[in-house]
Amino acid sequence: MKEKTTDKKGSFLSPFKAVQYLFKKPRTLRYPFERKEPALRYRGFHLNDWEKCTGCGNCADICPNEAIAMEEIPEIEPKPGEKNERPKLDYGRCCFCGLCVDICPPASLRLSRDYFHIHFDTDTFTFIPKDEKTDEEHFLGSEQYSILKASLAHRKQNHEGFSSDLDYALFEPKRVTMPEVKPDERKLSFIEQVIGYSKEEAKAEASRCLECKLCEEACPAHLKISDYIKAVYEDKPGESLKKIFEDNPIPSICGRICMKHCETACSLSIRGEALAVRWLKRFVADSIKDYKTALELKSAEPTGKKIAVIGAGPSGLSIAYFLTLKGHKVVVFDSLSGGGGMMRIGPPLYRLPIEAIDKDVNHIASLGVKFRFNTTVGKDVLFEDIRKEYDAIHLGIGTTVSRSTKIKNIDKAHLALPFLQANKIAEPVKVGKEVIVIGGGNVAMDVAREALRLQYMQYPNEEVVTKTVSLEDWDELPATEDEIEEAKAEGIQFNPAWGPKEVKVENGKIKGLLCIKVKSVFDEQGRFSPTFYEEKQMFLAGDMIIEAIGQAPDFAFIPKELFEKLEFTPQRKVKVDENGMTSIPKVFAGGDIVNQNLDAVTAIADAKLAAEGIHRMLYKR
Amino acid sequence: MSVNTNSKKTGSARELELYFGPQHLGMVGNFSITLKVEGDRILKAAANPGYLHRGFEKLMEYRTWIQNFPMVCRINVVEPDSMEMIYAMAVEKLAGIEVPERAHFIRSIYLELARVGSHLFGLWAYANMLGFDTVAQWAMYHRDLILDLFEELTGGRVYHIYIWPGGVRRDFPSGFKDKIVNTLHSIGGCVPDYDATFFNNRLFYERASGIGKISQEQAKQWGATGQTLRATGMPYDIRKVEPYAAYDKVDWDVPVREDGDAYSRVWVIRDEMIESVHMIFKLLDAIPKGPVYNRLPNPFKWKIPKGEAYVRCESSRGELGLYLVSNDSDRPYRVHFRTPSYPHGLIILEKLLENASIADVGNIMISLYVVAPEIDR
Repeated sequence: MKEKTTDKKGSFLSPFKAVQYLFKKPRTLRYPFERKEPALRYRGFHLNDWEKCTGCGNCADICPNEAIAMEEIPEIEPKPGEKNERPKLDYGRCCFCGLCVDICPPASLRLSRDYFHIHFDTDTFTFIPKDEKTDEEHFLGSEQYSILKASLAHRKQNHEGFSSDLDYALFEPKRVTMPEVKPDERKLSFIEQVIGYSKEEAKAEASRCLECKLCEEACPAHLKISDYIKAVYEDKPGESLKKIFEDNPIPSICGRICMKHCETACSLSIRGEALAVRWLKRFVADSIKDYKTALELKSAEPTGKKIAVIGAGPSGLSIAYFLTLKGHKVVVFDSLSGGGGMMRIGPPLYRLPIEAIDKDVNHIASLGVKFRFNTTVGKDVLFEDIRKEYDAIHLGIGTTVSRSTKIKNIDKAHLALPFLQANKIAEPVKVGKEVIVIGGGNVAMDVAREALRLQYMQYPNEEVVTKTVSLEDWDELPATEDEIEEAKAEGIQFNPAWGPKEVKVENGKIKGLLCIKVKSVFDEQGRFSPTFYEEKQMFLAGDMIIEAIGQAPDFAFIPKELFEKLEFTPQRKVKVDENGMTSIPKVFAGGDIVNQNLDAVTAIADAKLAAEGIHRMLYKR
Repeated sequence: MSVNTNSKKTGSARELELYFGPQHLGMVGNFSITLKVEGDRILKAAANPGYLHRGFEKLMEYRTWIQNFPMVCRINVVEPDSMEMIYAMAVEKLAGIEVPERAHFIRSIYLELARVGSHLFGLWAYANMLGFDTVAQWAMYHRDLILDLFEELTGGRVYHIYIWPGGVRRDFPSGFKDKIVNTLHSIGGCVPDYDATFFNNRLFYERASGIGKISQEQAKQWGATGQTLRATGMPYDIRKVEPYAAYDKVDWDVPVREDGDAYSRVWVIRDEMIESVHMIFKLLDAIPKGPVYNRLPNPFKWKIPKGEAYVRCESSRGELGLYLVSNDSDRPYRVHFRTPSYPHGLIILEKLLENASIADVGNIMISLYVVAPEIDR
């Protein structure tokens, strides 16, 4: 290709070749009569599906020009774990790069192929986008649409442009897999199923967090999740632990059994897997041997006030911690031989080992909280005496009595709580070879999976089976999806939508359970009121039956005349005011007897509220 | 044009100071030259950049790594794509990010399309300035066809915001390969018309030959790259010297001319367009299947370890360099662009304008292929 330019001097005549173009049609489009459709990926004005948008604000955070602000929309009733904010665009700033589209976790924000907006009022250039689904008025079909009127308020239907694609998204939808003991191995013993993240795995998982903080809204105790996850990412477990302890003093327990409302709300869970918030909390708790040194807590001036806490469960432990930090003297009463309350007896060893509980309890004890274990209030100590002696009382007694179905011959069956308790902190129960568990909740899963382990341990190399019967069908089983999947993987058999009718007994021994088909579990108002097809029956063979259909609290320790003053909500929960105080003065309450969630993190939230309430009450005087 | 009288001399030989641009038909954009003239002979020229200064290099220090990606392209309005490329290259080098093979090919195809589009735009400017309006309109129309391709691939016509660290932003849409081939064939079919009307036009030869002539030695000394250097007979092209993307995967030539004048420079541009089209066809034949993007770290937590990188690539105007420093932070510590228009527009232009005639100012300037926003970063 090396040519000397001087060789070509060109011609005077050749340019006349261009004359031919005089007889050709012009290439210019005579707009607006001749129009050109923008390409399918065109990056024009925004579209936002208000139904899908969670108000997470990631679009506003990534915008290089700060063209997006989150605007509160009072008309929107936010779903749990969402915000009623929607992105507002300033088209004087927007550069139409589409980073907002690539970061949008629910893929609600897209760009359209519209690009016209002419208006005398500059304020119209700031605009809260919607799409044709949520704003029918301004998105018009081809009959009503006219390009001459095109503007932000006169848009074309079906004019999608640049849209989100998970393969090119700016977030990682896949979670770092948690190493676990395989089902075939774990079902043979009570070995802890979840192994826990290594430092590198935890860091990689923490790096996925988009810091939108929807989880913090969703968490009953409002932990500063985004901050403590960021500290894990930055390799500062101490900082992370401090952030956790601001709202949750039992991370070793919660890092294993939390019901993780945060993960349900997580932005990443919409199109991918939620950030493993619970496992990261567990990583922090496990990676720090000594909380006390890491936390550098300053002890407060003693106030001389004495507070009795009844029940050393999550709410009791938490309130003891929060009140001790304020300088109060706290004594915790519990009938068990150690702390943890329901955590100590309920969650199986493969999920929550005793050492993990004791780590949290011992730390709280080391701060000066006095624990009186093996002490049953009402028997060893009288409630009235406590009331006289202490400045305030907190009830975190939980639901400790297993409910029963009251069907024929049910007295031969076992109850869930004593079964779990014995297996966890006493002698394991002798199980049958064919165990039937009645119930479909998380406790039923625990019972069934424990029974299966005991079967494998007590009948090695023999054929054993554990099955569950539940009123609820697959889609309405109250147990979490994880629990159901793990139980299935271990070989638990499920019989959903069957109700127990009668325990069949022969020669004083259980032969099995007669079941009837469930028509519906809830009535039209959503209340629990099961109906059955009486004629559709099924017999489940079995030699042991365990009932796991729910628990109730035991208030027997409260003297009758005082108990009558204790008010309850229509849902049969103890009524507390905004300070966490019950209708009995100086008596506060929290945990399963107060809230509907029936989980540890909500108990912590209750305790936080009651701790503030007690502190305020003591200092008003 | 405003005139400043100088009291020292009188008559036709008196010295005048003449402001050329920024509002002037023969000007390349927001740029001006102060000329000291005697009659119609230029004694001294001083380039005045700064009309388009937006402080990009400083702005980039305040934006995160991903937020800079939609911004870098704005430094060169005419050919934003090599800016995206060089930023991606620098970030990939600093952060150790791998790019999938297919993305390398797509990047090369995309950058060559951009080169053709940019050269057509340059041809419009040059032909327009010389008064060849017909050719200028053709070039503008054909550039629009290339923009249509970009719109289909990236969603944007001018700022494509397409090459990002880790690969490219989306794969080819379906049927895109055929669209590229068809568009390039239809533009290629007009090459004989362009030649007859413009490149082989005697008027063009008379107007451009011998204008703004520099030797190879001068070109090297003054920091010329791109067409300005290649028109002096030196086959220097970063795509060959230090291949990036998929430029080492196919055979292609570096077009060269030897006279070093405006005429040669425009011919190099013509040959380069044709070579680019051939290269795109070869790349399209060889393009492998597979992913086009390796996911970037979470943009809100993305920090790049302490380090510095200098990368360079061949933009349509010459050697483009980027020096990028990270201080273990979520945004750059320092950004510096080495843009080809800087030596061309500030150093070489001033030298070539000395002793030139006023009528040739635009001719020389546009043949140096200066794009003002590149100078004002």
